[in-house]
Amino acid sequence: MLDEIQKRLLKEVADLDKLPVGAFNIRANGKAEARNSTAHIEITPKTDVSGIDIRIKPGTKNESVHIPVVMNQSGLKEMVYNDFYVGEDCDVVIVAGCGIDNCGGKDSEHDGIHRFYVGKNSKVKYIEKHFGSGTGKGKRILNPGTEVYLDENSVMEMEMTQIKGVDDTVRTTKAELKEGARLVVRERLMTHGDQNADSSYAVSLNGKKSSADVVSRGVARDRSRQKLELKITGNAPCSGHTECDSIIMDDAKILAVPSLEANDLDAALVHEAAIGKIAGDQIIKLMTLGLTEEEAEEQIISGFLK
Amino acid sequence: MLELKNVSFGVNTEEGEKEIIRDVSMTVEDNQFLVITGPNGGGKSTLARLIVGIEKPDSGKILFNGEDITDRSVTERARMGISFAFQQPVKFKGIQVIDLLRIASGKQLTVSEACEYLSEVGLCARDYIEREVNSSLSGGEMKRIEIATVIARDTKLSVFDEPEAGIDLWSFKNLIQVFVRMQSRNKGSIIIISHQERILNIADKIVVINSGRVEKSGPKDEILPSLLGTSSAVNACQQLERGGSI
Repeated sequence: MLDEIQKRLLKEVADLDKLPVGAFNIRANGKAEARNSTAHIEITPKTDVSGIDIRIKPGTKNESVHIPVVMNQSGLKEMVYNDFYVGEDCDVVIVAGCGIDNCGGKDSEHDGIHRFYVGKNSKVKYIEKHFGSGTGKGKRILNPGTEVYLDENSVMEMEMTQIKGVDDTVRTTKAELKEGARLVVRERLMTHGDQNADSSYAVSLNGKKSSADVVSRGVARDRSRQKLELKITGNAPCSGHTECDSIIMDDAKILAVPSLEANDLDAALVHEAAIGKIAGDQIIKLMTLGLTEEEAEEQIISGFLK
Repeated sequence: MLELKNVSFGVNTEEGEKEIIRDVSMTVEDNQFLVITGPNGGGKSTLARLIVGIEKPDSGKILFNGEDITDRSVTERARMGISFAFQQPVKFKGIQVIDLLRIASGKQLTVSEACEYLSEVGLCARDYIEREVNSSLSGGEMKRIEIATVIARDTKLSVFDEPEAGIDLWSFKNLIQVFVRMQSRNKGSIIIISHQERILNIADKIVVINSGRVEKSGPKDEILPSLLGTSSAVNACQQLERGGSI
């Protein structure tokens, strides 16, 4: 049974009040709390390392998989490998995410490697939320590694969000795309206090007419630090766009490193990067609508990270 | 009622202090439609910013419904019932038109309620409600959304800083209708900074600001004839039809 804190974390990272419909695997404090496979989606535990294999049969449409992780045992450290094998011609939603509540003095850490093998003509929407809470001095650490292999004409849309409470994170995302495949990434990061977040993307467009659109928006407050590296390599006639847009506040520090590499004459690659504080006229405009300066700031940030 | 009493305001420049508003006194009665005109650089926009609290006067007093608001913040004045439409509407990443209308009205507006405000300014609501208030909107669309937020606030005093600046002729003609409707509802006072003849023509009262001072002030019928043909009363339609901008 999940305790109250675990239930709150589950609501935060997967928007779940109860067990989800469809296939799921809920992991709490390093153990499988609940698991369900369906006729088309099979979830099995790995035997060599910690983690699960998720196999989605070809032709599976309009189904979802939820694999949230919650931790509230101070000092717990775990390394988990989850592999997704998505068959051809599928259309599925995968909801992951990790919530850590640490009220103790020891660091809690969840490191997860997610690998996606997406079959031809399939469409995957991947939603991942990371969240931390708790008043203990122990850090809440999350290091997600994501690998995406997109077969011909497949599409993967990724929404990656880390809004609050994660003290330290190194996010590494790597993708390889075959002919006609498309990758869309929307990352949202907010750091506060003394938090540290590193996020890097390395996308290889290997097939003809493959494309990628990677957009990262971040807000760094207090004394927090963010480093964002967005790289696209075009190895074929392809198109790629990266955008890194950050709001800097207080005494925060942000390093944005966009990079493009073209190894084909017909690779069309674009990057945009911007860092700036909240514009004064935005705050004044919202104040003329009756908000206080603080409320205006919150509204601007929550809009930016929407 | 809004009263300005001997308001002065200056800024520090490289050549020393420059007075922008000099000893301005004026009154806006309840439900009055007042247009402030005058040559460019005369201090009109600064006067609007002093009224809504973005700038604070160096001397003088501003009273709203009898209460001294000279030291009140922008937020406090907004909550007391003063609205402001910017000359250059502000853009936001991620904030949608419906978000702005909800903040403006102070209510969790339904989509259909929000749509009414957009229809009021001639925008097809369904196309705009979820649009982000960013650079994807044209100058004319931004202006109309800006005006819709002021209508949504429904306050005792609405201040518009050059609502016609940067919009096309079609939008301009519709804009006049928006103000005519606001005026006929008679729900509060309206101050418009403008030197467009069509807007001056629907005013109850006109104030001419020149070099930071009130040059003339009085009922429209008294003031407007003397302004026609000067830069204080420009005919936007003729100007646009000749290929110029307003």
